[in-house]
Amino acid sequence: MSATLIYTVITISAIGAASAVILYFVARKFFVFEDPRIEEVENELPSANCGGCGFAGCHAFAEAIVTSGNLEGKYCPVGGSNVMAKVAGVMKLEALEQTPRVAVLRCNGTCEFRPKTTNYEGAKTCAIAAMNFSGETGCQFGCLGFADCVNVCQFDALHMNPSTGLPEVDDDKCTACGACVKACPKFLFELRKKAPKNRKIYVACRNTEKGAVAKKSCEVACIGCGKCEKECAYEAITIENNLAFIDSDKCKLCRKCVAVCPTNSIIETNFPPRKEKITENASTEKVDA
Amino acid sequence: MLKTFKIGGVHPAENKISAGKPIKDLPIPNEVKIMVSQHIGAPSKALVKKGDEVKVGQLIAQSAGFVSTNIHSPVSGKVVKIDQITDTSGFKKEAIIIETNGDEWDESIDRSDALIHETTLDGKAIVEKISSAGIVGLGGATFPTHVKLLPPPGAKADVLIINGVECEPYLSADHRLMLEKGDEILIGTRLLMKALNVDKAYIGIENNKPDAIENLTQKALRHQGISVVPLKVKYPQGGEKQLIKAITGREVPSGALPINVGAVVNNVGTAFAVYEAVMKNKPLIERIVSVTGKTIKEPSNYRVRIGTPVNNLLEAAGGIPENAGKIISGGPMMGKAVTSTDIPVTKGTSGILIMDEKESHRKEIENCIRCGRCVSACPMGLEPFLMMPLVENNDWERCEKEMITDCIECGSCSFTCPANRPLLDYIRFGKASVTKIIRTRKEK
Repeated sequence: MSATLIYTVITISAIGAASAVILYFVARKFFVFEDPRIEEVENELPSANCGGCGFAGCHAFAEAIVTSGNLEGKYCPVGGSNVMAKVAGVMKLEALEQTPRVAVLRCNGTCEFRPKTTNYEGAKTCAIAAMNFSGETGCQFGCLGFADCVNVCQFDALHMNPSTGLPEVDDDKCTACGACVKACPKFLFELRKKAPKNRKIYVACRNTEKGAVAKKSCEVACIGCGKCEKECAYEAITIENNLAFIDSDKCKLCRKCVAVCPTNSIIETNFPPRKEKITENASTEKVDA
Repeated sequence: MLKTFKIGGVHPAENKISAGKPIKDLPIPNEVKIMVSQHIGAPSKALVKKGDEVKVGQLIAQSAGFVSTNIHSPVSGKVVKIDQITDTSGFKKEAIIIETNGDEWDESIDRSDALIHETTLDGKAIVEKISSAGIVGLGGATFPTHVKLLPPPGAKADVLIINGVECEPYLSADHRLMLEKGDEILIGTRLLMKALNVDKAYIGIENNKPDAIENLTQKALRHQGISVVPLKVKYPQGGEKQLIKAITGREVPSGALPINVGAVVNNVGTAFAVYEAVMKNKPLIERIVSVTGKTIKEPSNYRVRIGTPVNNLLEAAGGIPENAGKIISGGPMMGKAVTSTDIPVTKGTSGILIMDEKESHRKEIENCIRCGRCVSACPMGLEPFLMMPLVENNDWERCEKEMITDCIECGSCSFTCPANRPLLDYIRFGKASVTKIIRTRKEK
């Protein structure tokens, strides 16, 4: 009885020892050197694997940083400047600062402003609907409302608002990974500079048709009149193809363009209510228009 | 036993309501809108500008490449403007808008009804004529005809097939044409045979049109090499690959063209247009359109000028019925629901179909029960039930392996699905995505 036990223990131990020796040599033979810094960098990254940096995931991003040895054009939008500073510390490089960005939907064609003209019953995804037809409203540039962007968002930052039929961005949760920008077949999302208190001013329209045509299909369409361009003191607004665009890097959030827009297609969010004087100006402008 | 293709196919209700109605001329509209892109390939380049006076048959837009075609003015009058107008799917596309003034034709066009049997032109000159007359496939796909008649180097056609199948339910434009313009179609077929240098031509007609079969069979006795082949009714027999299989028994390999098995397929409407272009010097400026539907007052077949607003057609047929749910350009299987009736008739408009409220709605989508009906219905031997989830997950690699690019978009899978799944919607999207990937790979 005890002999059986002893033999078993000896045999198993011998096999174990032999395997250990073999494995040791095999491991030496097939050893792949990986820069230890790759793991260190990867540990600093948020592990969201969202692809917002332009690489396949956090590991691929870390590998790209370490192998290239510089940080040019490599930025993790989810981690932001904090994480990039830590990564730069690991790599002993100078950190590149970038202002955090946030996704905005450049369409304000709610059910109220942009009435339905047709009824679509096909597959309920934006990608397929965009291939089949122009949209349920008269505007061929606007949001289709089948929530492809909501489905791709990994950070729970996008939700459909059933009363407007448009997706809404949760500014605090949005990491500017850019998944929605790629998913939207109408190219409605834009990553804009994040301002203090999440304040934003932007043209919520992508309609490049002539003013009268655009206005016919949507009440709040940008008609490319150019009033905002003249009003802006910082040259942040340009007009191209009957559509205004506010450069978020130049915009100083003065709100003057919002007041002059005749179709209310420029949107301001998270601002305190206007002072008396400006409100007066705005109302007279409206009467003029 | 009657011939047909082997794999798949479905039997939708035929509903050929307008088949008994002779072709009528629709009055010339006050204004026509001519899209510069109404064919497959590069959009044509407009030659006229605002204020120009044009005659019927005058070239107004020029072919912009090999796979492209000319467009001629269907009316005489003045060019009002060149503007962006809504197309069938609601997108804004460039169009030439002409205000009609009288009906003055170009002098070179022979407008008489007299039949011309013989021509001294050789094959090359015939192709030239077809190309300059702006003829495209009139079955609905609008592929420029001259491209089909010029086989790529190494390929040689040995048989011409004329497609008189008209397998789409409701539509009857080709049927009426075969009854009323049989001689012209046969002469057109002979011209196409000469252009391709082949001595055999088959006209495939489904046996739900016995009068057309009889008419053409009798007339074809006078034309050497042309025979009429009656076919068993089955959708989508009008598909190029299905028709070749049904008539000649040859199978077009995956990714290949009909010319690779020595066949060229043209629609009967195209054969008629070829006759008019070569013998009468008349470019493609009008076509036959069926206006049909169960609830419409007067289902009919009209000969209309290209660019006529769809509104005019509907008015002539008794207006839009009250309980209309959907207006479709084309047939119920492959046609497209229109977003507005303000759109013009293009070279590819084979019919305008009105479905009532009840008929037009899609049913609620349920879960796939793996019954495999879509697999047995697919005429290309694909597995639609498998492809839909692959497309949903953007798994393009496997989509490509499953041969998604072979899909002919006939809609048999969606039609037959007992769970009402929008299979074709997804497959069409997958096909477009995979085609794009393959193209970028080739460019690299």
